[in-house]
Amino acid sequence: MRNLTDEILELIRCTSSSLPKDVEDRLRAAVEQEEPGSAARGALETVLRNIELSRANSTPICQDTGTPIFYVYYPQGTSTRKLREQIRAALAESTKRSYMRPNAVDAIYDKNSGNNLGGDDFPYIHFEEVDADQPLVIELMLKGGGCENVGIQYSLPDNKLGAGRDLAGVRKVVLDAVQKAQGQGCAPGILGVAIGGDRGSSYIKSKEVLFSKMGTRNKDPKLAELEERLTKEANEMGIGPMGFGGQTTVLDTKIMGMHRVPACYFVSVSYMCWAYRRRKMTVMGEGVEYD
Amino acid sequence: MREISIPISDEIIRSLHVGDPVELSGIMMTGRDAVHKWMIETFVKKTRQPTDNDSQVYEEIKKYLDGGVLYHCGPVVSGLDTKQYRFVAAGPTTSIREEPYQADVMKHFHIKGVIGKGGMGAKTLQGCAETPGIYFHAIGGAATFLAQTVQKVLGVYKLEEFGVPEAMWVIEVRKFPVVVTMDSHGQSKHSLLEESSRKVLDDLLARPY
Repeated sequence: MRNLTDEILELIRCTSSSLPKDVEDRLRAAVEQEEPGSAARGALETVLRNIELSRANSTPICQDTGTPIFYVYYPQGTSTRKLREQIRAALAESTKRSYMRPNAVDAIYDKNSGNNLGGDDFPYIHFEEVDADQPLVIELMLKGGGCENVGIQYSLPDNKLGAGRDLAGVRKVVLDAVQKAQGQGCAPGILGVAIGGDRGSSYIKSKEVLFSKMGTRNKDPKLAELEERLTKEANEMGIGPMGFGGQTTVLDTKIMGMHRVPACYFVSVSYMCWAYRRRKMTVMGEGVEYD
Repeated sequence: MREISIPISDEIIRSLHVGDPVELSGIMMTGRDAVHKWMIETFVKKTRQPTDNDSQVYEEIKKYLDGGVLYHCGPVVSGLDTKQYRFVAAGPTTSIREEPYQADVMKHFHIKGVIGKGGMGAKTLQGCAETPGIYFHAIGGAATFLAQTVQKVLGVYKLEEFGVPEAMWVIEVRKFPVVVTMDSHGQSKHSLLEESSRKVLDDLLARPY
C-alpha cells in the first residue's frame, strides 16, 4: 500500500492555513451587510485580511488548530491500520512545521503531548468502507475549542423554553443555543444540528453534517425550510461578528435527522466558528486532488 | 485610531469607553487557563505551596504585569528547538473561562488591560472599575494577522510545565488592534448585547411555528 504521509501532511497544511472558497465567499458577502465604520464591519474586514495572509504564508488561520477530525472513506481491502499510522505521522510532522499547535493535553495530568497525538482518540479518525473501485477520500475538519465549548445538547421536552418533541421545539432550542453562545464561539458561526440518536451519536452527527458545503440544504423540504428559517431568525438577534452587535451572527445552518429510542429526544447543536476549516483529498491512482 | 503604549496609566484607563478602537504597543504577557489557576492558588489565595521555580517566576512576571497587559492567548510558536522563538499564529482565546479568577488577578498584579475574546462577566467588570482596568476585545481567529504585530518574543515562563499554548510568553507588540468592550465605568458591551438578544429571543420563542 502506498505511503500517503506527505499527501496527508499537505491536507493538514491546507486545512489549517487556507479557508475553503465557499466559506470565504460567504464571509465576503457578510461584510457588505455591516455598516461602514462599525466594529462588526471592522471585525469582518480583519477576518478577511487574516484569511489572505494565512493562505499566503501557510500559517494557521487560527492559533487554536482545534480537534483534528478525520473522515476516511477507504476502498475495500485498504489497511485502516496503516492509514491511521500515516495520519498520525503526518499530524506530528505538521506540528513540527507549525501548521498545527501542539493541542493534545492529558486531561488527568495536564501534560501537553507536544505533537498532537494523545491516546487512541486524538486525533479523531472515522473510517468508512467504500467499494474497491472507488477512490480513497480523506476529509479533515479542524474544530477550535472556543466554538466547541458553546456546543450544547438539549433533551426535549424543555419546559423552560416551552420546547416540545417536534420541529417547533427543535427551532426553539437551537435559537436558545445561539443566544447563549453570544460571540464566544467566534461568530459569525455555522450551526450543525442533529435531531435524535443517543447523546453520543447525536453529537457526532451534529459535527458530521458540517462536512457539507455552505448552502447545502437537507433533502427533506421540511428540514431545508427549518435550516433557512433558523439562520434568518438567529440573525435577528443582532449578536453580530464577535458579539460586537451586527447583522451577521450565523452564516448557515445544517440539520440532520436520526432515529431515536422512544424515551429520548435529543437535539445536539455543534457551533462552528467562522474559521470553518475543512478540506478533502481524493487519491486518484498516482494523483491526489485537494478540494 | 488611538494608540496607547504599555504600561498604561490610570488616567488613560479612565479616558477609555466601550466601543473605542485602540492600537496597543509595548510589552505584554500571555496567560490563560493554567496561568490563572496557578496565580490564584499559589500567590493570591495561597492554597498551594510554591514549588520549583514558582517564586522566582512570580518576581519576574510582576514587573511585566504592573501597569501592564495580560493577553488570553495560546499561540503557535516556531523555533522551539533553537529557542529562536517567533509567533506564527496568535489570536485571542475565549476569556469567560477566567471569570472566576480575573478580577483578583488584575488587582493583585495591578494589571491595567486584559485582552481576549467573547467578553467577561460581572465580577471582572467590577474588577475593571476597582483596579482600574479595561477589557480589550481582539478579533477571534485572526491569528496570522495578530501574530504580525508581535515584533519580538522576549521570553517565556513555565514552557515545560504548561506547554506551548498555556505558557507565559512575554512579547513586544506594535499596533495590536483591539476594541474596548468593558470599561472602568461599569459599562459592558457584552451585557448590553446579552440583554437585547434575550429580548429578541423571547419574541422569537413566542412566534408560532
